[in-house]
Amino acid sequence: MVSVLKRSLAIITLLIIGYWLAQGLAGVPFGQDRMLVGKYYLENVKAQTGAVNAVTAIVVNYRGFDTLGEVTVLFIASTGVGALLWRRKKKRTAKTEGSVVLRTGSELLFPFILMFGTYIFIHGHLTPGGGFPGGATIATAFLILYMAFVDYEIPHRLFEPLEGLAGMGYVLVGLIGLAIGSYFLFDWIWQTWHWGAANLGRLFSGGFIPVIYTLIGLKVGTELSGIVDSMLTEEVRE
Amino acid sequence: MNCIPCAEYIIVALMIGSAILAVEWRDLLAAAVGMAAVSLFASILFFLLQAPDVAMTEAAIGAALSGAVVIFAIKRTQRFETEEEERPGWWIRW
Repeated sequence: MVSVLKRSLAIITLLIIGYWLAQGLAGVPFGQDRMLVGKYYLENVKAQTGAVNAVTAIVVNYRGFDTLGEVTVLFIASTGVGALLWRRKKKRTAKTEGSVVLRTGSELLFPFILMFGTYIFIHGHLTPGGGFPGGATIATAFLILYMAFVDYEIPHRLFEPLEGLAGMGYVLVGLIGLAIGSYFLFDWIWQTWHWGAANLGRLFSGGFIPVIYTLIGLKVGTELSGIVDSMLTEEVRE
Repeated sequence: MNCIPCAEYIIVALMIGSAILAVEWRDLLAAAVGMAAVSLFASILFFLLQAPDVAMTEAAIGAALSGAVVIFAIKRTQRFETEEEERPGWWIRW
């Protein structure tokens, strides 16, 4: 009896909330072209940022501060995984090696996956993609090596300083913009020096977008492979 | 015949099917594969909807890395859901 009462109360509440929502949404003109900001970006993206790919121009240039926050969120997540799984001495403890197909295939594919990831983040201002997909692709290359070989570990001495330096480099690029221009993450390469104005749509253009996306790609790649590493290694007792 | 819309409907149906299987399967390893399949179909759908950069991110992170992380977690705990009580199916639980 009580449950029926409870359920009918819930249904009545849902109906009231749904009615309010429908009333609110009835005034919104659906299907009309009201994207004034998007239109502005599409019209001005080449002149203001020098990038052909409007999506990455918005992500890195117009909304660069949000991207810095996104990188910070990923860094905090990686730090959390590292702190939870931290041990004094860690080693791989996997026992079963991958099959012949997996081992041979991973050795064969590893450089190509690395190259594809690097391509994605270097050409972020020209083709779809950017630092986050490129870094994730690089991390999958290391993941395949971890699955194929029982004693493989990423080069920690190279990866951990690289991660920190890439993160600091992003902030440094923004601070140079603050010093030259007027605000943090000011696109000094494009707006002050006009580098790459002659070859729009080729590799050396797009202001600081390729620089920042290379830094983000390195940071995301090393960070995600670090997460994979800390999940796959276990404590070794002396 | 322009059949891109019906391909989208098929992919959405596959996504819903693999999501239900990922929830319902007792073997957690199979459920993790079902979860990765949802991401893979979502990535194909993003590509058909002309968002190739989102498709790349979804394929790399959703299908590969998060599936791998869940599988590592299963490896450290246990593979099967414990059967404490017989739960009714999703159609009754609603």
